[in-house]
Amino acid sequence: MGSYIIRRLSSAVPVMAIVAIIVFLLLHLAPGDPAAIMAGDNPTPEAIAQIRQQLGLAEPLWRQFLLWVVNLTHGDLGQSIVWGEPVTRLIAQRAEPTISLALTTSVFAVPIALVLGIAAAAKAGTAFDRCVMGFAVLDFSIPLFVVGYVLIFLFSIKFKWLPVQGYSPIANGVGPWLRSLTLPTLALGLPYVALIARITRATMLEVLSEDYMRTARAKGVGSARLLLKHALKNAALPIVTVIGMGVGFLIGGAIVTETVFNIPGIGRLVVDGITRRDYPIIQGVTLILSGVYMLVNLLVDLSYALFDPRIRY
Amino acid sequence: MAAVLNTTAAVPLRVHAGLGEFVLRNPTIVLGVALLAIIGIAAVAAPLLTGDPMAISPSDRLLSPDAEHWFGTDSFGRDVFARTIQGARISLAVGLSVAVLSIIIGLVIGLVAGYYRRVDGIIMRFMDAMMAIPSILLAIALVALTKGGIGIVIIAISLPEIPRVVRLVRSVVLSTRELAFVEAAVASGSRDFKIIRRHILPSAVAPVIVQATFIIAAAMLSEAALSFLGIGVPPEIPTWGNMISAHKLYLARAPWTIFFPGAFLTVVVLAVNLLGDGLRDRLDPRLARRM
Repeated sequence: MGSYIIRRLSSAVPVMAIVAIIVFLLLHLAPGDPAAIMAGDNPTPEAIAQIRQQLGLAEPLWRQFLLWVVNLTHGDLGQSIVWGEPVTRLIAQRAEPTISLALTTSVFAVPIALVLGIAAAAKAGTAFDRCVMGFAVLDFSIPLFVVGYVLIFLFSIKFKWLPVQGYSPIANGVGPWLRSLTLPTLALGLPYVALIARITRATMLEVLSEDYMRTARAKGVGSARLLLKHALKNAALPIVTVIGMGVGFLIGGAIVTETVFNIPGIGRLVVDGITRRDYPIIQGVTLILSGVYMLVNLLVDLSYALFDPRIRY
Repeated sequence: MAAVLNTTAAVPLRVHAGLGEFVLRNPTIVLGVALLAIIGIAAVAAPLLTGDPMAISPSDRLLSPDAEHWFGTDSFGRDVFARTIQGARISLAVGLSVAVLSIIIGLVIGLVAGYYRRVDGIIMRFMDAMMAIPSILLAIALVALTKGGIGIVIIAISLPEIPRVVRLVRSVVLSTRELAFVEAAVASGSRDFKIIRRHILPSAVAPVIVQATFIIAAAMLSEAALSFLGIGVPPEIPTWGNMISAHKLYLARAPWTIFFPGAFLTVVVLAVNLLGDGLRDRLDPRLARRM
């Protein structure tokens, strides 16, 4: 188990390094002069020169990269061009709504998806199964923002049950916090439910067709116990993997969801960053969210070693 | 020898006795193709079917749907029906372009990575890194630093899809190259290029076609999301994402400006996904069991 953990950790390091290089190079490989684009419409030469100075673009590429890496190790992601504040501080300020949304979405989506997926596998081929799978395909196909606007239109504008948009920090009370997150969680959660339910069903079906399941059935193991103990235990790894990979989907979805519901999270930060061409913000958020995604998947992989005694390599 | 190899390499599509049986056996393919055909024809025939999607008419602002304007009008008095049909053209064009671009590049890289073990490690670490960056952020970063335009949007959406194609193709190569007929080709001294093209590539065709449909669906959603965020196709071009983005603030007053493009986007993506599911069940039973 120890060597598995070391192996997995050592393979994560080069990938993280390559991610850092890609994120760094994006700025430099983009055609045109990034400083001129960031300076906005009709920039003065002085404004362009100032941005170039601020980003250190006049230095040779390798020095810029070294400087960037050294700053990274100090937790310095540079300064926002628009707000003039450190990128890390801006991200920290905006983290609460995004983390809240990711949490409520996972808490909402994962249990529902597991129940739907397991039930569909148990009743494979029936009308119920076909309904669940149809719902999953539909969920994959509706864009997040369309779901979001339909929800706002129904529950906020027509029935006036929930706030239209915005976010209420948890410090102002759990009730308003939950109310402000209800619709965003539904919008972001639906495709997530579809994703996990599909994989759960497929994996369960595969496990159910194994010889040892037939043996268990022949032994007279009850169907609920068969499903939950014998099958789910063996199906757990692929399902956990997909939940981990789904975090990437959650991150991307959060950017759109925060825009639809006007939630001042990290996603809004990056969208504001785009419209104002604030490259340090885009670079910083991309790097941090990629890091979070890799970390989650690293933890998922490491958890295999705990869940599955077969992993010893 | 070649004749024998070909039969093992390609997964044949069985031809059924009649159309009726095909429909019964492949309901999702038929439904998907039918929906796509209707919208595809409408998109191609758009100039004949609708009025000018760009014609501004200030006195007809935000009219609700009626006999003259089937889908109502938007905040500039433009016909939402004309714009929605026009949007189908761009959405389908972007989806197809992204699929072609990412499949071609991914296929080449995947064949190389799977066949030449020496470069495999480096290529796959690089692909892992690209997959670690959430695709919408990668696209945002690319689009933000250029002047924009449809070309950049297509590239920005294609780039994150490439690693997925590479992984798929590589896995096909890895399993195919162990087969006896490939070993025989290697032993008989065939050139690498010939081995890859004649003996390995055919096995990749079916899974790649299935993957292509899913890329089309994902690409149309990505294009809409980028346009919605204001960084996709230039705002003057009527895409579904742009139309919705431009009318965010009119949701309560003129919901049709958002719901019709949203519904069309959903139906087209759904049709492509249904087609993909059907093709996967048909062409790639190994993958079908896993999904």
